[in-house]
Amino acid sequence: MNRIISPKMAQTIMKGVLWASGIITVLILIVIIGYILIKGLPVVSLNFLFSDPIDSGRAGGIFPMIISSLYVTLIAIVVATPLGVGAAVYLSEYAGENTIVKLIRFGAETLASIPSIVFGLFGLAFFVIYLGFGWSVLSGGLILALMVLPTILQVSEVSLEAVPKSYREGSLAIGATKWQTIYRVVLPAGIPGITTGVILGLARAISEAAAILFAVGASLSIPISIFDPARPLSLHLYILATEGISLDNAYGTAAVLVILVLIITVVTNTLVERYSRKMMGR
Amino acid sequence: MTKYEEFLIEKGLFITAILSIIVILLIIGFIFKEGLPAMESYGFLNFIFGMDWSPSDGQYGVFTMIIGSIGITLLSLLFAVPLSLLCAIFLAEIAPKTMKRILKPVIETLAGIPSVVYGFFGLIILVPFMRVQFGGTGFSMLTASLILTVMILPTIISISEDALKSVPHEYKEASLALGATHWQTIKNVLFPAAIPGIITAIILGMGRAVGETLAVIMVAGNVTQIPNSIFDPVRALTSNIALEMGYATGLHYNALFATGIILFIMIIILLVIANYFHYKKKVVIGGGYL
Amino acid sequence: MDLKYKLGILIAIIIIIAYLTFIPSTNYERIQIAGSTSVQPVAEKLAEKFEETHPNIRINVQGGGSSLGISSVSQGITDIGTSSRELTAKEKVGLNEYIIGKEGIVIAVNNQNSINELTNAQLRDIFSGKITSWKEVGGPDLEIHVITRESGSGTRSAFENLIMGDTKIRPDAIVQSSTESVKQAVRQDPGAIGFVSLARMSSDVKALKIDGVAPSEEAVFDGSYSLQTPFIFVVKGEPQGIVKEFIDFTLSPEGQAIVKEEKVVPVR
Repeated sequence: MNRIISPKMAQTIMKGVLWASGIITVLILIVIIGYILIKGLPVVSLNFLFSDPIDSGRAGGIFPMIISSLYVTLIAIVVATPLGVGAAVYLSEYAGENTIVKLIRFGAETLASIPSIVFGLFGLAFFVIYLGFGWSVLSGGLILALMVLPTILQVSEVSLEAVPKSYREGSLAIGATKWQTIYRVVLPAGIPGITTGVILGLARAISEAAAILFAVGASLSIPISIFDPARPLSLHLYILATEGISLDNAYGTAAVLVILVLIITVVTNTLVERYSRKMMGR
Repeated sequence: MTKYEEFLIEKGLFITAILSIIVILLIIGFIFKEGLPAMESYGFLNFIFGMDWSPSDGQYGVFTMIIGSIGITLLSLLFAVPLSLLCAIFLAEIAPKTMKRILKPVIETLAGIPSVVYGFFGLIILVPFMRVQFGGTGFSMLTASLILTVMILPTIISISEDALKSVPHEYKEASLALGATHWQTIKNVLFPAAIPGIITAIILGMGRAVGETLAVIMVAGNVTQIPNSIFDPVRALTSNIALEMGYATGLHYNALFATGIILFIMIIILLVIANYFHYKKKVVIGGGYL
Repeated sequence: MDLKYKLGILIAIIIIIAYLTFIPSTNYERIQIAGSTSVQPVAEKLAEKFEETHPNIRINVQGGGSSLGISSVSQGITDIGTSSRELTAKEKVGLNEYIIGKEGIVIAVNNQNSINELTNAQLRDIFSGKITSWKEVGGPDLEIHVITRESGSGTRSAFENLIMGDTKIRPDAIVQSSTESVKQAVRQDPGAIGFVSLARMSSDVKALKIDGVAPSEEAVFDGSYSLQTPFIFVVKGEPQGIVKEFIDFTLSPEGQAIVKEEKVVPVR
């Protein structure tokens, strides 16, 4: 192929193709996000955000659902992040290439591929019934933690492995122990990648409905204790939309979810960017 | 003292690492415990290769759904992988800084849109479009895979972009210094060096495609027949579980868990294949993998 | 960030989690309801009104499906199970049933369809696949697209019992998993036919008369419209305490008025 098309030609053509695919993707994004926002934003108001639902969501607002979503997602991230990052550190820094490591990696990949509905069935039988957590914030949060664990683990591992060897050698050479090296050098350098993993996990957790359908309860009141049932936004949206209770409020809820995720990603991205710049400057 | 601490830390990290195996084993144990009775009483081969799924008549064959799941997943990867890799390269290498600044959070947001929304979008916009364009009911394997394509784009894009960006600068600079064009550098240096990360991205995307439930239910038609073309409706394994779980009792209940077992086996097979390629590529590139 | 801060944050998190774990949530008496997603909106409305007069009671209404409701009530995980289908003889053992209302099932077609009425037999032939074009029942020359619910759904079970008898719904019928998605599918396809619940009926689709009777709450109540399914509360043994109070409330005139408000047909 190189003989028919000169490298310069190939360069021009491929730049065009890359631009085109970038633009196609942007268009898809704009259409979908735009669709949700156009349908949903007219419903969203301060009153909608901060009042209780009336008539199982046909009227009124979604305040308890926002609290439920934040609560459940918080539990998932607080549980999954240390576990995922810890495992990633072990895999990339301590483990050689032995059978256990291969098994762990394979386990994480399998966990990532397990359908959310299977997590749902497992969660119902294990957390809700066997461990006796009942339909609660805790059961839902733990299921989501298991679901996002492999995402955080895999993405963190990729980013830790990408930290140049010279960093580690430099640190070890000046007398730091292995853990000090990881803690002071490798982890800080891997933070942007780890954050991407956590954001992807967060986004998945906050939007997941199938997995927590059988576990988190569906109570319309604000959960206080972690053993209270709750109804996160995604689940509320699912019930509103599929039972045909109120399509307008369903779109409104969807718009709130999208904006929530957008805010989370923008804020974390800005923080990461600022952080990377600071690291570079040092 | 420090040595002792180091030892503790290593063991602690090891425990977090094997946790995913423990969880997998728990899930496997539980699914098999509930699912195996159905396979035993209906016959393993009958179950897998049976064409009829009709719980009210005691027929539990899942072959049509295996075809459905594989079909939808492969088709959506076929659309999503080229588009998302090109887009990842675009973001990592070509796109102007401001564009990148805006695009990245938007793409990550897309990963956070609930599947119900995609399902509804598909049902209201895409299904009628497909019906008018290609005839039939509009519910089809193609419709489902198009929705899935959009759903897995963000996963593959953001992870492969990270993989591309984490290729050391020296590689790129060396290649450019040797007189290679930017595209040659991307094609011959950056892309091959990022392959392991890209494969991880594809596996995660594939996992999401195989496992997606709610959106697929709304647009795939859920018919338990072997599709003649990509325009025929199909039922995925996940949809089967989600559709009937709320109502199932007795053997039907077990058969749905057995559907879960099949799903599990399928995923393991897909992963083994993916890992084989991952391993093979790593050897070919030699020192390219850090 | 130095170590002191980190330690502080860690301790704060631990305290918050511990507080949330042991928070006195036992101030409330709880009723746990689980089961049919079609019953869920009515049950929630009933719970909402009941809580207004009983501030010390919290009711959680969980979906999951009729079978989940029935099995979890027999296992003692929930206080009340809900079902939108009749219980099987095997399921009934040890359980008490309370029919709280009846729901009509509407046969819906696209608004553009010129058909207004079908007979029982025509309906059966359409859903079994014997009739494949609207022309055969006096409509436009258009292929019929049959849309059904998943097997096991209360709505589908009732439809099968009352219309299909021993014949089967054609195997290539499109399956949708909820009332709303059936409605949306029918709304956008001129050739489609499906069934949705009366409570969720809207002008998006057209309701057909069956054997000359139009679906309405009155026709469901007096039985002249035969396509209907019961909404059932299931309790293990005799209901006690607040569970009994809640069920009594549901069956009281006040409770039945709420049921009616939700466009489910009351039993009393």
